[in-house]
Amino acid sequence: MAETLFHKVWNAHAVRQLPSGQTQLFVGLHLVHEVTTPQAFDMLRQHGWTVAYPDRTFGTIDHIVPTSVQRRPFLDVMAEEMATSLERNCRDAGIPLWTPDHENQGIVHVIGPELGLTQPAMTIACGDSHTSTHGALGAIAFGIGTSQVRDVLASQCLALDPLKVRRIDINGRLNPGVFAKDVILTIIRRLGVQGGVGFAYEYGGSLIDAMTIDERMTICNMSIEGGARVGYVNPDAKTFEFLRGRPFAPQGAAFDRAVNWWKAMASDSGAAYDDRVTFDAAAIEPTVTWGINPGQSVAINEPLDGDANDEAFEFMGFRPGSRITGTKIDVAFIGSCTNGRLSDLEAAAAIVRGHRVAPHVKALVVPGSRAVSKAAEARGLNDVFTAAGFEWRGAGCSMCLGMNPDKLEGRQLCASSSNRNFKGRMGSPTGRTLLMSPAMVAAAAIAGEVVDVRTMLEGVPA
Amino acid sequence: MSASSSLAITRAGGRGMPLRGDDIDTDRIMPARFLKSVSFDGLERHVFEDDRAADPSHSFNDSRYSGAGVLVVNANFGCGSSREHAPQGLFRWGIKAIVGESFSEIFRGNATMIGLPCLTADRAQVQALQTLVEASPETVIDVDVPSGVITAGDLRFDATLPTAARDAFVSGQWNPTAMLLERFDEVRAVAARLPYIKSFSAHTASPPPRS
Repeated sequence: MAETLFHKVWNAHAVRQLPSGQTQLFVGLHLVHEVTTPQAFDMLRQHGWTVAYPDRTFGTIDHIVPTSVQRRPFLDVMAEEMATSLERNCRDAGIPLWTPDHENQGIVHVIGPELGLTQPAMTIACGDSHTSTHGALGAIAFGIGTSQVRDVLASQCLALDPLKVRRIDINGRLNPGVFAKDVILTIIRRLGVQGGVGFAYEYGGSLIDAMTIDERMTICNMSIEGGARVGYVNPDAKTFEFLRGRPFAPQGAAFDRAVNWWKAMASDSGAAYDDRVTFDAAAIEPTVTWGINPGQSVAINEPLDGDANDEAFEFMGFRPGSRITGTKIDVAFIGSCTNGRLSDLEAAAAIVRGHRVAPHVKALVVPGSRAVSKAAEARGLNDVFTAAGFEWRGAGCSMCLGMNPDKLEGRQLCASSSNRNFKGRMGSPTGRTLLMSPAMVAAAAIAGEVVDVRTMLEGVPA
Repeated sequence: MSASSSLAITRAGGRGMPLRGDDIDTDRIMPARFLKSVSFDGLERHVFEDDRAADPSHSFNDSRYSGAGVLVVNANFGCGSSREHAPQGLFRWGIKAIVGESFSEIFRGNATMIGLPCLTADRAQVQALQTLVEASPETVIDVDVPSGVITAGDLRFDATLPTAARDAFVSGQWNPTAMLLERFDEVRAVAARLPYIKSFSAHTASPPPRS
């Protein structure tokens, strides 16, 4: 019978049906970080439980790390306490942990794929909603809460209800100046921030087929912003080439065996889906959010649409009918698990090269991992950014979520390559976020206001 | 299962608190700066802290609703971040059940696992309940978990819990860890069958840092 990857992976990892009717699902890879785990380790200790599979568990410290001065102890005593707590918990349980001074450190969703820990047809869990990112390699990856982190630590399992699968085809080619970020913002805008509740999103079609793994990660990363806890792309030759030679990927003959299994686990042609939606890639334009959830977005040259009484207009200080282009920004942020990989920095640098950041704009580039940072520096991207007036920072989550020193102040407006434009998301209760692609953030940083990046593409190699 | 019946949650009730608005995300329920702690203790003090500061008439500032046990919300409540700190804060504040039009999946799952039922009902019924509580904050809302029937004053309507969550509350098994550990040989058997656990495990990674 023709089946989806989701169902094949689900069935391969199902331990049993629980009395509640939920499925006990084995988790192949558990990624832990400092924010959502200390209470889970405490609960384990209270019950006298131990970590069941420390060798299937890996840790990193990402949310709270400062990106300017990364020396220990951190200046913020609470951040230092969280870091030492994870270090102690991992040491006691025998869980490998990449501390902030380790060359493999980075945002959990950047380093998983980078190290080859993330593999097709694996179940992955992490106490972070952007765990859906790992689906770009054909994994079924769940963002979970702290009580579920406790469950996975203790049993390597989750109690879950099955999801329906929505196939989202994006066919055709993107026009110059249009990126993966614009694709996922457009999908969320059309299907809604709640449209994916109860679904796993399977992305496919000729555009996705043609995309790099980095681009697919940007798409899968924001599945949760559309309400879908899980998003994935079927593994293909690009996936296998991406993984070949990565430190934790299978090697030699084992790699060939793995590829055979990965291929067999991909969705069969003719698999039945609970829903299907199709998008035309050529119709997608550079897209920017204007409101307080990621579904409130417009194509760059469209007027803002909506009810003037909506709290989003009030909070953002915009008016229906106005346009987002020309809106003055205060801060430009390039980074995050959505768009903090090497290709994102390259796309931004291509716009920045030879220009200067507008004098009133504070501009930051924060690589998603130390490896991204090193690779970017080897290509001289750091010099491109710093010559233009960007700050070149150390790896971490940075401004995306306001849990470290990188924050907005007051009502500052930030052009951001991150994933959430919620009220207060970037650390200031009144701070405002406009989500867009890294190239659009770069363009906004230079212009000092929101601009259509397509007006700056002259001389930029395609 | 041991000690399950004592944990059963079959009724939740109390005075209500209406909180109007769709897509209220977990960053608003619990701003990220309050996640910088190794414990959930005290989170009740920071529920909606920024929204409350921005809006003096916010429901959580309104003394008419102090001591409420049932939060009444609209669509897609708890979207965004997976932080369990959001339902933990609400629960510790005193919320014992949430009735709404719809919830984000992760939020609802997190709430279920700490014994906080999130029931859904039609928009019209939820709004009628919000209107009733706004007019008469002293009204007691009764949530019957097994049937999903919500009663408040003259209002009476059916609300829904996912079947598994409902059964978990009724049986007292809403914290599944013990259940997941119960037949651990079956867990090991699944792990042994998965090719990536053994067959692909040869990799070149240097011994992972077990600090």
